[in-house]
Amino acid sequence: MIVPYGNVLLLAIILFLLGAVCSISRRNLLMILIGVEIMLNAAGLAFVAASLKWRLLDGQAFVLFIFAVAASEVAIGLALIVYAQRRTGSVNADHYDSLKG
Amino acid sequence: MILYSVVFYVLAIIVLVSTLLAIIQRQVIHAVVYLIVSFFATGLLFYLLGAPFLAALEVIIYAGAIMVLFLFIVMTVRVESGEDTKAEIRQWLPAAVLAVISFFVGGILIFEIPGSKISLNTGMATPSAFGQFLFKSYWFPVEIASFLLLIGLVGVLYLGRRESKKGSGDKP
Repeated sequence: MIVPYGNVLLLAIILFLLGAVCSISRRNLLMILIGVEIMLNAAGLAFVAASLKWRLLDGQAFVLFIFAVAASEVAIGLALIVYAQRRTGSVNADHYDSLKG
Repeated sequence: MILYSVVFYVLAIIVLVSTLLAIIQRQVIHAVVYLIVSFFATGLLFYLLGAPFLAALEVIIYAGAIMVLFLFIVMTVRVESGEDTKAEIRQWLPAAVLAVISFFVGGILIFEIPGSKISLNTGMATPSAFGQFLFKSYWFPVEIASFLLLIGLVGVLYLGRRESKKGSGDKP
């Protein structure tokens, strides 16, 4: 007996919303990417809890794929950030306004 | 067992506090270091919930690889110190309101579904059992994931190369 299943889901949803708030409200591109990482982590936590509840290993397999997606996503995202910083000299999302008339 | 509950709540508090501290930091490097703490505690939660292999992967990949990559990029990229603070509340307030609303809706939904109050029994999926299950039932997604990582590698190499001398006018 660990804890009720709902408590783990509640922790996962709070963690997900923290990541979403970070991703929405910050302008720094690195902080936006960090928010996405927190959200993926919360999704993995929910998957592991569901895997324990139903005694199936499928949830853990999906967490492994979430890890793979998160790793490639963060690599591409950071490369894009470095590239954008090299082109424009800024990592602030509000400064990317070169299409503005 | 009361011990497991205590361990779970302590780890949950560590995760929530360190994540909250991470997202309100002004400097990115402090946020990354707080997130390393958060991911370590999440790895321990995975271990508590019966996934030792995923706990090891969480520490190795998330706390090890991804966060160190963030640290290197933070050291490389010149971040403007101090996002302008006057419009800060205009950014924070809608996000916080939406998050609180979603939290209440999600909480009601979670505690309405049947079986959410049943306690989880302890269990453990050994790494060998997990690996056999993975390569028996999910061998094709594993191949797709490996292709995804390869494509990510090629994309990073393409994006991160130096601007070539002259001649090649088209910029990627």
